[in-house]
Amino acid sequence: MRIPAIVIAGAALTLGLAGCGTAGDSGSSGGGQAGVKIGMSVSTLNNPFFVQLRDGAQEQAKKLGASLTVTDAQNDASQQVNQVQNFTSQAMKAIIINPVDSDAAAPAVKAAERSNIPVIAADRGVNGAEVAQTVASDNVAGGKLAAEELAKQMGEKGQVIVLQGTPGTSASRDRGQGFEQGVKAFPNIQVVARQPADFDRTKGLDVMTNLLQSHPDVTGVFAENDEMALGAIKALGDRAGRQVKVVGFDGTPDGLAAVSDGTMAASVAQQPRLLGQQAVAAAVKAAAGETLEKTLAVPVKVATKENVSEFQTS
Amino acid sequence: MRSNVLPRRSPAAAWLAENGAVAALVVLVVALSLLSSDFLSLTNLLNVGVQAAVTAILAFGSTFVIVTGGIDLSVGSVAALSAITLAWTATEAGVAWPVAVVVALAVGVAAGLVNASLIAYGKLPPFIATLAMLGIARGLALVISQGSPIPMPDAVSRLGDTIGRYLPVPVIVMVVMGVIAAVILNRTYAGRAMYAIGGNEEAARLSGIKVDRQKLITYGLSGGFAAVAGIVLASRLASAQPQAAAGYELDAIAAVVIGGASLSGGKGRALGTFVGALILAVLRNGLNLLSVSAFWQQVVIGVVIALAVLVDTLRRRGTN
Repeated sequence: MRIPAIVIAGAALTLGLAGCGTAGDSGSSGGGQAGVKIGMSVSTLNNPFFVQLRDGAQEQAKKLGASLTVTDAQNDASQQVNQVQNFTSQAMKAIIINPVDSDAAAPAVKAAERSNIPVIAADRGVNGAEVAQTVASDNVAGGKLAAEELAKQMGEKGQVIVLQGTPGTSASRDRGQGFEQGVKAFPNIQVVARQPADFDRTKGLDVMTNLLQSHPDVTGVFAENDEMALGAIKALGDRAGRQVKVVGFDGTPDGLAAVSDGTMAASVAQQPRLLGQQAVAAAVKAAAGETLEKTLAVPVKVATKENVSEFQTS
Repeated sequence: MRSNVLPRRSPAAAWLAENGAVAALVVLVVALSLLSSDFLSLTNLLNVGVQAAVTAILAFGSTFVIVTGGIDLSVGSVAALSAITLAWTATEAGVAWPVAVVVALAVGVAAGLVNASLIAYGKLPPFIATLAMLGIARGLALVISQGSPIPMPDAVSRLGDTIGRYLPVPVIVMVVMGVIAAVILNRTYAGRAMYAIGGNEEAARLSGIKVDRQKLITYGLSGGFAAVAGIVLASRLASAQPQAAAGYELDAIAAVVIGGASLSGGKGRALGTFVGALILAVLRNGLNLLSVSAFWQQVVIGVVIALAVLVDTLRRRGTN
C-alpha cells in the first residue's frame, strides 16, 4: 500500500514541476507537455526484471503524457550504442539508457550530450560520460541488508554459501561487497564457499548441488539474484526454508512467490517498476531543462514472508 | 587414407586412438578424486550425470549435423522455444500435457526442418542459416512467454526427478537418446548417408544419395533432440524459461569435438560425444567442489577443451 502512495505523490510532484517548466518555456503549458519524446534503450528484455522496469516506465510516461519509445539492446553493448545514436537523430527530448555495459555506453552518451539531449542512466551507471541523473537501486546497501536478514534467520550462526552472479558485472560486485560488509558483523557466521552461477537458475541448481557435496552442513545461502536462489532452492529440496535459509535478490515475481511459500527466506527487492517510473519522471524533468541531482537512489527493501504481499501487488 | 593406416595398429592402440576422449576423462576423474575427497561418491557422480544430460542430448543432435560437415548454432534457442511451447500450451492454452509434449517436439523438429530447407534449397551456409534460427527461436520464446518464466505441468516435471531414491530420470533420458543416436549413426541408411555427405558431398550425390532429403532428416533430428533437451532442462527447474540454454550450442559443439568428431565432417560417434559432454560436466562439478575462483573457472574450462582436442589430435598423428 505504501509504494503506490509514494509513486502517486512522486508523479503528481513531477507533473507539477514539469508543467511549470514548459509553461515558462513556451506558454502552451499542458499541450506542450503531451509531445515530450523520450527514447529508452533497455539492456535486455530477456529478463523479467527489465520487463518490469519497462512496464513501470511506460506507466509513468502514460501518466505524464510523454511519448516513450522503448528499444531492446539484447545485452549487446554495440547495438545499444546504435540505438542511442538513433534516438539522437530522431530528435528525442531526453534519452533513458539502461546500460548493457557501464563503460561501453559512454561514447553514445557523449554523442547525445553534444546534441544537447539529456541522458538519464537507469539501474546501472555510465562510466566516463556525464549523465543528467543516474537512477539506480543501491546494490551495496542491498547486499548488506541481505547479510543482516540471513544472519537473523540463521540465529546469527552457521555456514553460508554465496552464489555469485556473472563475474565482472557491477551488480555482482556491489551485492557481493555489500554482503561481505554486512556479514562481518556476525563472527559466528562463516562463508564457506563463493562460486559463480552467472545469475542463471539452471546454473544455480547445478552449482548448489555440487557445493552440497563438499559443504553438506550449510544452513544459509546468499544468491546474488532470485534466479540463482530459486535454482539453489530446487537443489535443497525439502531442506529449503527449514534447515537452510536462502536469501535472494531482485524481488522478481517468481522470487516473491517463493518467499510467500516459505522456501525462500527473503529477497532483497529492488523495485524495478519504481525504477522505471522514476527514470521517466527524471527524463521529463531533464527535457524541461531542469537541473537534477547526480544520483537518485531508489530504495531496496527486504521482502520476507510477513510483508511479501505489498511487493506482489506493486 | 585412414583405411591404409588401420592394419598397422594393434587393437588396443587403435581403440585408444579412436577414443582419446575416454583417456582424457579418466585422467580428469583420477585427478579430481585425488584433489577432492567429495568427488568420488555415488551421489556426486549421479549429480554429474544429471548435469551432463542436457548438454549431452543437445550434443547427440549436433553430432548428426557435424558428421555431415554442417553446424547447428540454433540448438540452445530451439531447446528454450520447445520448453516454452510445452509450458505455454499446457498451462495458458489448457491443452492436455501429452499433446503439449508432442507439440513441443514438433516445434523442435520444425525448426530443424526450416534450417535444413534454408541450407539445402536456399543454399545458405549452415552457419548462417542456423545463426538466423538462433535469433528467431529465442525471439519466439520471448514473444510467447512475454519474457517471464512459465511453470511446467507437474506430470512433465517428473522428468527432472529421480525414480526411487537414486536413479535420476535425466540420466535415463540421456542414455536412451544416446542409444538412439548411436543406432541411427551406425545402423541406418540415414546414418551412413550422413557420413557419406560429410566425407564428400559431391561423391555422395553422384553415388545416388538424395543429399537434400538427408539434410532435412539430419537437421530435423538435431531440432528434435534439442526439443528433448529443452524439456529435460525445464523439467529439472519445474519452470520453462525464455532465456534458458543460452550459449549451450557452444557446449554441445565442444562436446562433439572433444568426443573426436571433425568439424570438416565425415567423422564422429555418439559414444565420443557422450564422453565429451561428461568431460565438461565433470570439470564444472570439480571446479565447484574445489572452490576455484569465478574468474579462473573460465580459464580452466577453455584450457581443458583445448587440451582434450589437442591430445586426441596428437595421439592420432602418433599412431599414424
